[in-house]
Amino acid sequence: MSIPVRTAPARRLLQGSEAIAEAMIAAGCRFFAGYPMTPFTEVLEHMARRLPEVGGVCMNAESELEAVGMAWGAAATGTPAATGSTGQGLSLMQESLAEITLARLPLVVLNMARAQGDYWQATRGGGHGDYRHIVLAPIDVAEAVELVQLAFHLTATWRNPVLVFGDYYLAHTARSVDIKSMHFGPPPATDWALTGETGGTGQAKLVSFLGSAKQRDDVGYDLAVHYAACAQHTARMLGEVTPMLDTGMTQDAEVVVVAFGTPGSYVRAAVRSLRDEGVRVGWARPVTLVPFPSSALAGALQGAKAVAVYENNTGQMVDDVRLAVLGAVPVEFIGGVSLDSSGFGIAPDLDVAVLRRRILEVVDRHR
Amino acid sequence: MTDGPAQGASHGPDSVLTRGTVVIDVDACKGCDLCIGACPPGVLVMTTHEVNARGYRFPLLLGGCTGCRACSQICPDFVFQVYKYEIPIQVPVG
Amino acid sequence: MKERETRRVIPTDAPPTAPARLVEDFTPDLIDVGAHHLCPGCGEPIAIRSVMEAVAELDLVRRTIAVFGIGCYTAFSNNLDVEVLQALHGRAPSVATGVKRARPDAIVITVQGDGDMVSEGLQEVLHTAARGENVTCIMLNNGVFGETGGHMTATTVLGQRTKTSLEGRDAVTHGRPILLADLVARLDGAAFVARCAVNSAGNVARTKKVILRALQTQASGAGFSLVEILTMCPTGWFVETAEAPDYLADSLATVHTGGVLKDFLATSPTSPSTTVP
Repeated sequence: MSIPVRTAPARRLLQGSEAIAEAMIAAGCRFFAGYPMTPFTEVLEHMARRLPEVGGVCMNAESELEAVGMAWGAAATGTPAATGSTGQGLSLMQESLAEITLARLPLVVLNMARAQGDYWQATRGGGHGDYRHIVLAPIDVAEAVELVQLAFHLTATWRNPVLVFGDYYLAHTARSVDIKSMHFGPPPATDWALTGETGGTGQAKLVSFLGSAKQRDDVGYDLAVHYAACAQHTARMLGEVTPMLDTGMTQDAEVVVVAFGTPGSYVRAAVRSLRDEGVRVGWARPVTLVPFPSSALAGALQGAKAVAVYENNTGQMVDDVRLAVLGAVPVEFIGGVSLDSSGFGIAPDLDVAVLRRRILEVVDRHR
Repeated sequence: MTDGPAQGASHGPDSVLTRGTVVIDVDACKGCDLCIGACPPGVLVMTTHEVNARGYRFPLLLGGCTGCRACSQICPDFVFQVYKYEIPIQVPVG
Repeated sequence: MKERETRRVIPTDAPPTAPARLVEDFTPDLIDVGAHHLCPGCGEPIAIRSVMEAVAELDLVRRTIAVFGIGCYTAFSNNLDVEVLQALHGRAPSVATGVKRARPDAIVITVQGDGDMVSEGLQEVLHTAARGENVTCIMLNNGVFGETGGHMTATTVLGQRTKTSLEGRDAVTHGRPILLADLVARLDGAAFVARCAVNSAGNVARTKKVILRALQTQASGAGFSLVEILTMCPTGWFVETAEAPDYLADSLATVHTGGVLKDFLATSPTSPSTTVP
């Protein structure tokens, strides 16, 4: 009797932070800069260890401002670059993130958030002016490995920063994952990138948030022209990037529960548990927070008597849900701030029993 | 700011040895006067009445230029092109 | 016309007819346009010219990436024939760090004002110097925030009148100026630190020399280099353009004193060659 030969398992038990770091490297990231801050710190640690092994550079910057600055410089050379922090650190980076977008640079930004109060910061942009980032919100480590790679693809395609919204759970949950390199086709050309080599040719390259036109004969920057062009590009990006919505059991649901990020798995579990008891509920989970999957969500909520929105904040995504349904279905907020004593976002609310109770209250109110 | 030509090595009272000369882009000038003070032989003088297309006074060159490039180095508006004669010439003055 | 005839003026509208060679063109090759809109008598274009001449002289044109801060000098960010990356106020050093770490073969310089580098961005330049990043930071120091109209910065000297120190900077009310080159020279990561000025042709020549030295320092991999260039700002100083060079000498330059504060290539016992590899 021959014993079947097994190939070595590609799956490894990895903490979320490490899986995200490996996914970034698999996606081609070769420059990372960050500043330690919970719960982002371990991502920086893993990148510091791994990037030099693949010929990349990881900088432990002296502030979040300098971290985003370094990532900016690397990105401008055409090197796939990323940075990240938690919400507070991202607050410090906002001016730079706004201008990096206007400079039309690719950059992946991680928010390993504390709870979900950074939804507005992420989706509206916390910086000045009119700019938008694509925002992806993974539900768990396995999805994060895919979305991080998608982020690098989207940012290179659109030359616009892409933000991945993670959190404490994502960072510190261990899961068996296979860091498979995803293939998105040939990467776009980086002929805009700075190398020094076009100096002296009369066509030396410029990467600037003030515009792209080199001055000739008294004509300097024209911000009106530049901002209009950026706005056009943003509109095209938001129109062409495929919004993603994950749904379950919505077809005959009376109440649909909407959540994003890691709480999505608790909501899903609560919904399944209620279904087992015959309660007609379903769930919907925006995966792209920008572009928000408004029409898909409206479609999923069409037959429902009510929508319950769970998020770990005082009510932010609920606004986008209301905008998506435009009054067609009543929308109730069943979330709230729920934290551990350190404020890192370990939520006592994330308990299937708690969620079941809140969902049932909405069901009762809309019989 | 000097008003007249400096006394360089001269052949006589009515001419001065001149080693260099400049081309002045009159309309580029913003009348800042920096070249006047920077010129070692003091051979640049600003116009007193005449102005350029942008309304600024601009420098005039007298005999005695040495082609030292002080004017072009100090000028913020890239007004000067500087030449050095292969053989210094005598320039009439007065 | 009459004025020129009576004063025996030499015609200067065309090159000379007698045999002569061009010793200085209007602009160095790397400065694209002749006209900019900076104030009459501004020292910044003089400094930028020196920088471009130095880059060309060392044959670094096809390796250079210039990271610009925000100030009046930003006017030059889109009319130089070298690759330029625009950064935010104070933030050029971190951006330059990212460029250099990603492209170690590039010659990376920053062009920043004193308000940019010493007020807003003090942290950035100090950390970049401490880390010994192989970049060259160039500070155009006129002791004011020129672009916003002439306000006090961290380098404004005591007694200097600005729109936010109308009676003159006072130590009790406004504190004392930071002498950045001196501060940076104390950091071990800094390999070349010099301070110079562009208020006279002689000083312009000295400025060019230290810029060359700074670029050589970078090219040799010796570490961080800083060139602080005192520039005239007659508008921000409330002085006549012709008086600005003397004002610079009598005020800024007596506090931010000129000289080479640190030169690793000159003092290191195993100093690498100063020729650019």
